[in-house]
Amino acid sequence: MTTHSNIDTAVETVTRGEDLTTAGQWQLFWLRFKKHRLAVISLVVIISLYVVAALAEFIAPFDPNSTNARFTYASPQGFHLFHDGSFAPNVSRLSMTLNKESLRREFTADPDNPVFLGFFVPAKPYMLLGVIPMETKLFGIKDPKIGDSLYLFGADRLGRDILSRVLYGAQISLSIGLVGVVVSLVLGVAIGGISGFFGGWVDVLIQRFIELLRSIPTIPLWMGLATAIPVSWPPLQTYFCITLIVSLLGWTSLAREVRGKFLSLRNEDYVIAARLDGMSEIGIIFHHLVPSFISHIIATLTLAIPTMILSETALSFLGIGLQPPIISWGTLLQEAQNIRAVAQAPWLLFTPAAAIVIAVLSLNFLGDGLRDAADPYGATT
Amino acid sequence: MSASAETILKVENLKTYFPTRKGMFRAVDDVSFEVKRGKTLCIVGESGSGKSVTARSVLQIVDAPGRIEGGSIQLTRPDGSITDLAQLNPRGQEIRAVRGNEIAMIFQEPMSSLSPVHRVGDQIAEVLKLHFKLSRKERRQRVIELLQQVEIPDPEKAIDRYTFEFSGGMRQRVMIAMALACNPALLIADEPTTALDVTTQAEILDLIRKLQQQNGMAVMFITHDMGVVAEIADEVLVMFRGKVKETGSVEKIFHDPEDEYTKNLISSVVKLEKKAEVRAEQLDASTEYKPLLEVSDLSMVFDNGHHAVNNVSLTVHSGETLGIVGESGSGKTTIGRCLLRIYDPSSGRIDFKRSDGSVCEVAGANKADLKAVRREIRMIFQDPVGSLNPRKTVGQIIAEPLNLMGVKGRELEEQVCALMEQVGLPPSWRERYPHAFSGGQRQRIGIARAISVKPRLIIADEATSALDVSLRSQMLDLMMQLQDELGLSYLFISHDMSVIRYMCDRVAVMHRGKIVETGETHQVINNPQHAYTQALLSAIPNPDPLDRRLHNRFRFAPEVTA
Repeated sequence: MTTHSNIDTAVETVTRGEDLTTAGQWQLFWLRFKKHRLAVISLVVIISLYVVAALAEFIAPFDPNSTNARFTYASPQGFHLFHDGSFAPNVSRLSMTLNKESLRREFTADPDNPVFLGFFVPAKPYMLLGVIPMETKLFGIKDPKIGDSLYLFGADRLGRDILSRVLYGAQISLSIGLVGVVVSLVLGVAIGGISGFFGGWVDVLIQRFIELLRSIPTIPLWMGLATAIPVSWPPLQTYFCITLIVSLLGWTSLAREVRGKFLSLRNEDYVIAARLDGMSEIGIIFHHLVPSFISHIIATLTLAIPTMILSETALSFLGIGLQPPIISWGTLLQEAQNIRAVAQAPWLLFTPAAAIVIAVLSLNFLGDGLRDAADPYGATT
Repeated sequence: MSASAETILKVENLKTYFPTRKGMFRAVDDVSFEVKRGKTLCIVGESGSGKSVTARSVLQIVDAPGRIEGGSIQLTRPDGSITDLAQLNPRGQEIRAVRGNEIAMIFQEPMSSLSPVHRVGDQIAEVLKLHFKLSRKERRQRVIELLQQVEIPDPEKAIDRYTFEFSGGMRQRVMIAMALACNPALLIADEPTTALDVTTQAEILDLIRKLQQQNGMAVMFITHDMGVVAEIADEVLVMFRGKVKETGSVEKIFHDPEDEYTKNLISSVVKLEKKAEVRAEQLDASTEYKPLLEVSDLSMVFDNGHHAVNNVSLTVHSGETLGIVGESGSGKTTIGRCLLRIYDPSSGRIDFKRSDGSVCEVAGANKADLKAVRREIRMIFQDPVGSLNPRKTVGQIIAEPLNLMGVKGRELEEQVCALMEQVGLPPSWRERYPHAFSGGQRQRIGIARAISVKPRLIIADEATSALDVSLRSQMLDLMMQLQDELGLSYLFISHDMSVIRYMCDRVAVMHRGKIVETGETHQVINNPQHAYTQALLSAIPNPDPLDRRLHNRFRFAPEVTA
């Protein structure tokens, strides 16, 4: 027998790529993903965004709904780490003058008279993550006195802190994406799977229905569905309904992806081999088909989250999605709708917009990286 | 051919490297050769030997990130001057003047190397447009002339056709016409016949030879098929892992090789030229075997109306190997798939004798019977990559059929180890994934999976055609060894007559869905009765340069006009 020479060459391949021989799907997936630097950075950004959103109560210096008539439309305060040569984080005190001509308040910074900041300052009792009772915030004004203010990103027309509001808004905006995606995942995989697996007239029916759904202009459809939500419903219930509405349209692309994968994998030799081994159709689906496309689904899902976030923002901006007093990035933008706000207090527009752009871009880059890594057996070898 | 010894192309110390994550991959490592006017140089090697990259380096069309790192490629121009192609800018004016005009190339895949959206004539005319100032009418005249030269029937009409209206062989002719348009001094042919059937391959090889004699051009022919080399080469360059192993005249390479690798290569080809030694003495023993599988009047019509299998009847006796040989589209794979009911046959009977003595009619069997029969008839697939789920370890793959039979735990583990040993793989490798294995090893895994449930008949569908020739005989030897150990029967489907001759006791020749001839292998090969079998056999290149017989072959009329 000549098997020995064969084994020798195999030993050689093994010594060349030692760790790869027993590397499974997810290990290879990670190796490929790591090469995509932008995606790795985005992953870090995304994780930090979610951590910040989860701990918003602790990180945000103020209650997002606490008003201050003294500081309406206050501009962002300059931030300094040192004062008189020693480490003492501070912001410049704002002094307000009333412009008699335009009848507007004008704020001027006074760097010589700083407001000192401290870490872990005492605050009103609150519950972190809804369960941990806390009485300190990450940072705030040290020894607050009347006239002290801390508006790192400015204040809105009621003198509410924009930073705190964006942080609280992240909670809703980032989670509506997740909830929406989970709903579309269930719908997409189930409907796409049925379509791809049964084929025939079921497939035709489902595909035509998807085309029908996709041909409807989205904004009028949202508006129609949003008006169907009773006004008397509590904000949270409305929020849930909006999520459902957004995801009801989001599942179609995922369903097509799943169907396509089903169709292409069904004729792979290894699937035929499993069928000849006597494996049942359900067994084939869960042992061979699902593991083969699960990584693709994760990538598609990651790309679906930003769409959901943008949909929520668009709906809320138009006033048919979430309504104040609920704070989301969309409702924050709604307040920047008038020309006066943009001209006089551009921070009302730019702060939530920046948050949205960062979140959506990072999720898109992450999704791209995941999609490239999704099939570690495709291009290489 | 007065200047027959004149060197057209001289390559010295060519190095083409591909930077990878783990460092430089030396695809072509210090390769030197010469191509002379009117002569054919064959570059031969197994997959991954760097033969294609060498050819592409000459024209500077190496795929990124590959780069020519060193060496010279000296081309003698028509005016007698010498240009070093390696120094030219790959996107520059000068190399573009050489491409197509002085050096032309034809590719392996006639499907993808021609554009489907342009007429055949326009594609050929494009080369003329780039290199000559000709009027529209003159160009058309020249294209018709070229189509005539490559023996395309009715060139006045063919010029306005689209490529999808042509068969694979005809497309390759169009490709050749395109390459010849500017009367190149050198033709590079990169596996031009690998995607074609043997009879078409013989036609194309004939054509290239004829054109070479007419135009006096040099040919650089890249192939992995030693038979083709023996038929057409003057000089041979043997490559292995980017390095030149041996170079010399074709007679010397075949009859007096010096290098160890070349010797192995030649001997593995020659080994497949006759019946396997272990089978040589059992020639007439098959008569006493009892029928195991009887197929009668099997037909398979696909939904699109294609009659893939037409009234086929055949018998496999227990313990024997029946070969089915035929060209692509002959329906041989469809038969194999019908027998296991991967496709439901349109009509006919498939009677399989079960191990308990009962006879099961597979074509109309119910689910439970089918499941049982599929344990006794198993399949080995052609593609060693696609037939193993890349997401499972080798142990899991081999264990799957056993698992489904209810073998669990320790016993399962032991059986998997025993199976791996049986097919020549160390059992300690069962935690590895398929990507860590070479093509030959993967095919062994496929065999282990097939024999795991103790089958009685194995359908091997082109089981060795994806493997390099040196691994092919190893795999066949393994299969025969298992046949003796386990008392298996094989239904061996292949397009490769040498594999059939090596392995099979009897052979059925298929042509367009029908079996045209059946008989003992040695009888069919030495004394073919049907005209198609004769044509098929005579089109097979003979791996002996002293006995070239391709141009004296027998032609089967319907094939020539196809």
